[in-house]
Amino acid sequence: MSATSTTSLAEQLVARFGDTLKVSSARQEVTAEVAAGDLVAVATALRDEAAFRFCELIDLCGIDYLGYGQVEWDTETISGTGFSRGVEGQAQGRFNWAGRPRDVAAPRRFAAVVQLLSIEHNRRLRLRVFCADDGLPLLPSLTAVWPGVNWFEREAFDLYGIIFDGHPDLRRILTDYGFVGHPFRKDFPLVGNVEVRYDAEQKRVVYEPVSIEPRVLVPRTIRNDADLMQAKAEAADHWREN
Amino acid sequence: MQEIRNYTMNFGPQHPAAHGVLRLLLEMDGETVVRTDPHVGLLHRGTEKLCESKPFNQSIGYMDRLDYVSMMCNEHAYVKAIENLLGIEAPERAQYIRTMFDEITRILNHLMWIGSSALDLGAMAVFLYAFREREELMDLYEAVSGARMHATYYRPGGVYRDLPAQMPQYRQSPWHKGKDLQRLNSWREGSMLDFIDAFTADFPSKVDEYETLLTNNRIWKQRTVGIGVVSPELAKAWGMTGPMLRGSGVEWDLRKKQPYAKYADVDFDIPVGVNGDCYDRYLVRVEEMRQSNRIISQCARWLRANPGPVMVRNFKVAPPSRVEMKEDMEAMIHHFKLFTEGYCVPAGETYAAVEAPKGEFGCYLVSDGANKPFRVHLRAPGFAHLSSMDSIVRGHMLADVVAMIGSYDLVFGEVDR
Repeated sequence: MSATSTTSLAEQLVARFGDTLKVSSARQEVTAEVAAGDLVAVATALRDEAAFRFCELIDLCGIDYLGYGQVEWDTETISGTGFSRGVEGQAQGRFNWAGRPRDVAAPRRFAAVVQLLSIEHNRRLRLRVFCADDGLPLLPSLTAVWPGVNWFEREAFDLYGIIFDGHPDLRRILTDYGFVGHPFRKDFPLVGNVEVRYDAEQKRVVYEPVSIEPRVLVPRTIRNDADLMQAKAEAADHWREN
Repeated sequence: MQEIRNYTMNFGPQHPAAHGVLRLLLEMDGETVVRTDPHVGLLHRGTEKLCESKPFNQSIGYMDRLDYVSMMCNEHAYVKAIENLLGIEAPERAQYIRTMFDEITRILNHLMWIGSSALDLGAMAVFLYAFREREELMDLYEAVSGARMHATYYRPGGVYRDLPAQMPQYRQSPWHKGKDLQRLNSWREGSMLDFIDAFTADFPSKVDEYETLLTNNRIWKQRTVGIGVVSPELAKAWGMTGPMLRGSGVEWDLRKKQPYAKYADVDFDIPVGVNGDCYDRYLVRVEEMRQSNRIISQCARWLRANPGPVMVRNFKVAPPSRVEMKEDMEAMIHHFKLFTEGYCVPAGETYAAVEAPKGEFGCYLVSDGANKPFRVHLRAPGFAHLSSMDSIVRGHMLADVVAMIGSYDLVFGEVDR
């Protein structure tokens, strides 16, 4: 995809949909954010109108924005005392089922991201739609527009608990029969909840709480090298003043 | 008259034709399938969640284990997504190596496919022949990465190391001896590129052998012609890509339409089918093997003539050489930081797709600026293809379900992730 075709797609989207879509483009990829209420109408237009013709839905996935931009190891606030030495917080992989974070209300937490492809125009478009209520994430289903989205929506329901209104058969797809919880949510432990083994005495497979301990080898950090330079200069000044 | 009810039948997950761990619940009316309900997820390992807890580079190895018969293509999508966000580009030689290994992978995949799906439909011999050539290509994987399958060879910024100057030879053993050993080692006397030249010169004749076994084989045609017809409209509606889409006559191949690596600079053709049945998809895949062979020999020719670096010289992303580490403190620090903490990827999101042997394999990557991905989603072609199962096999006979499973080219490592 050339740079001109992405700018023209962004312009076409703005011209056609106006304020309904929040269009942005970066790295020659166009992203449009749409409200849940407008999703089906926008999707139908994107599929059918001659200017767009997004005949294929390539992918739909859920995403949980809880903890976006949070770090466990602070490297920004360098001062005379140096970097923080310890790892803080409850990031991915550091807690088990009993210790999972409970206070997880966050605005705009769950979203579904759709990747569309137009074979006719050789263009891609990404649609993002946020769930209004993170307690009961609810989105309209796209199965009537692209039947192929069926399993992708089931996957997003299974892993994130996003409910797709109007889906003909919203069942779990990837997790075990009888699984509890939505494993890809950021407050679900990486080590999981239960493990299975074959019990020779009972002659059947039994479920037990997981026995492995959560373990993370590398703390999550965000480094901004330009900021680091700035901090270094400030620390040097601080050193001289004292 | 006696009342006849539909019969629900369980197929798999332990079934030789289930290609791994597919479980199908089939509602049968006699021999005719009324409804299918595929149950997947028996191989779900939570790859995407595991990626979120590790620095970017440590997850490359997980990609090999998704579609475990087209390993390097999966790596390519993931690495490409990281490179997009970092704003770096691999050196030209690395791009040629990637193009070449993507095509080697495609042949590996299609050989596995032709063997196993012929086996499903009762043709035993093809499987044995296909594994003969797979072994040669696995040797290439091993020579370049040390691993026969799970290579972890592609890295953001290039590939892990350059092609070896000497192709490893076989030693005498109960399995390799006499004339067979001589033939194996006569190809392996020079460098890896010499071996590739010998392979690509020979491979078209091997494809002819598979075709002799299948293309005009009456039983093969009876089992595949007119079975599992996918119309172009249906293929698009169900998000199909790759040979599934091309078999229905839609000329769509990311290598041509949205070229990446060095596909724009090599000469090859895209085969398309006419009828969209299992037989056409077979023909498409066989022709793709021949085209991949063409690409490999072109890449080998370029690589022979153009030595150069295979990794970017950016020590934030790629490790410095051992020699540099011995002499330079800065290089030592970079090495330490890279392997303990990794590198931070600028905040943003990207979708990178490659034309994997099975279809479009995509990686949707969201970074919040940290040294670990915030969200990785892997778009597996097999997942989208298998979801269309019910609408395609409805009304077919039970035996045709097996033909269709074979024709989808399913690997559950990628379907279940």
